[in-house]
Amino acid sequence: MRDLAASTVTETVAEMCKEANIYLGDDVSGALRRSLEEEESPTGQEVLKQLIANLEIAAKEQIPICQDTGFAVFFVEVGQEVHLTGGGLTEAINAGVKKGYTEGYLRKSIVDDPLYDRKNTGDNTPAVIYTDIVPGDKLKISFAPKGGGSENMSAVKMLKPADGEEGLIDFVVNHVKLAGPNPCPPIVVGVGIGGTFDRVAVLAKKALFRPVGQPHSDIKFADLEKRILKKINDLGVGPQGFGGRIFALAVHIETFPSHIASLAAAVNINCHASRHVERII
Amino acid sequence: MQLTGRLTGERGRLKLEAKRIEAPLHDDDILSLKAGDNVLISGVIYTARDAAHKKFIELIDKKAELPLDLKGQIIYYVGPTPARPGQVIGSAGPTTSGRMDAYTPRMLENGMKACIGKGLRSSEVKEALQEHKGIYLAAVGGAGALLSKKIKKCEVVAYPELGPEAVHRLEVEDFPATVINDAYGNDLYAEGAKAYAR
Repeated sequence: MRDLAASTVTETVAEMCKEANIYLGDDVSGALRRSLEEEESPTGQEVLKQLIANLEIAAKEQIPICQDTGFAVFFVEVGQEVHLTGGGLTEAINAGVKKGYTEGYLRKSIVDDPLYDRKNTGDNTPAVIYTDIVPGDKLKISFAPKGGGSENMSAVKMLKPADGEEGLIDFVVNHVKLAGPNPCPPIVVGVGIGGTFDRVAVLAKKALFRPVGQPHSDIKFADLEKRILKKINDLGVGPQGFGGRIFALAVHIETFPSHIASLAAAVNINCHASRHVERII
Repeated sequence: MQLTGRLTGERGRLKLEAKRIEAPLHDDDILSLKAGDNVLISGVIYTARDAAHKKFIELIDKKAELPLDLKGQIIYYVGPTPARPGQVIGSAGPTTSGRMDAYTPRMLENGMKACIGKGLRSSEVKEALQEHKGIYLAAVGGAGALLSKKIKKCEVVAYPELGPEAVHRLEVEDFPATVINDAYGNDLYAEGAKAYAR
């Protein structure tokens, strides 16, 4: 067993919250720069230029890229030989979120009672945390601040196995078309296929943690990602929905085995500020 | 920083220019603007999101006084991040406008002339814009750091308890936005996509 202090987790998480909201990863900023070369619409080009300028101002002046600094979402791979000392994992992560969002002048966007009082918790906790137990003695923490505007444009559909590839493509493309300008295009589209009703939604979320543009490891799904991306961009919605060729920067698919009676599908959309960071401790 | 242009011909050929407008607005300003126009806004605008809108409509229903005079105003749908010491405001980009659809026709009825947000509006809002001579503008969503630099002064004027959702009075200079829905029933979201679909 390897001892790991809960306070180390808290400090790491606090730094991740601050970093992710101010510096966009090279994967996404690179994709934005490349898309500027491909965009045909002058309107779309101007939007992309503003977004690139926005990243430079954010980094230089330490202003969050977007005012929606998100719901704090974590995927944590916990090595089974890690022994956390001085506190539990969930509390340690939430303490890190509180510290990071307070010290980093980030917006606190979480309300306690979702239906009635909707009172702000004041520190952006609680976080949404998924854990996997894996071999080893390390903790791998992946964090994404997930904006509400793009999150609201999500969907799950229990397709019939007979719907097949065509049904899946129609579901994704029609849903993204319906979302239109709302999720701040150019977007990243996370698609979950397989598993149960709950698992497929988590797959779609997990797909957004993959570096933008890195294809699925299975060639069949990598090819499907490419074809869906083309169909989405052919809608003409473009940057910010003002019309143009770049509606989406990437489509990422994650899959899981399926019940013989089911073909579960989910779409989770991220805006162009597709923020995600990763640390191994 | 210039924003976009105006759809003037086939396949979205654009004139990249922007019209300067002074807030609060008059009917003449509204009637001179068309979907696809870029504007640079200077003057005083106010912020309000979901919670503040709900309170405004409750006050209007009770015929009570609002914390601001809506006549001619531009309302900006934004919940900024907290300002660091020395900064006027934190990141301050637009939020999704559709959540305000239920309140917008009443706001227009009571004098509001324009709102700034991002994303689709309901048919009721588009009709109300025509009826009351109003416009719906979009700022670039997710450009909160860039847009914050166009805000020269910021103070909370109502509902401080709402935190980021409080009503702020903003003094803006050359704040860039694009006309999505004009007072004539035009819609840039519909026209723009048509021009580039394949």
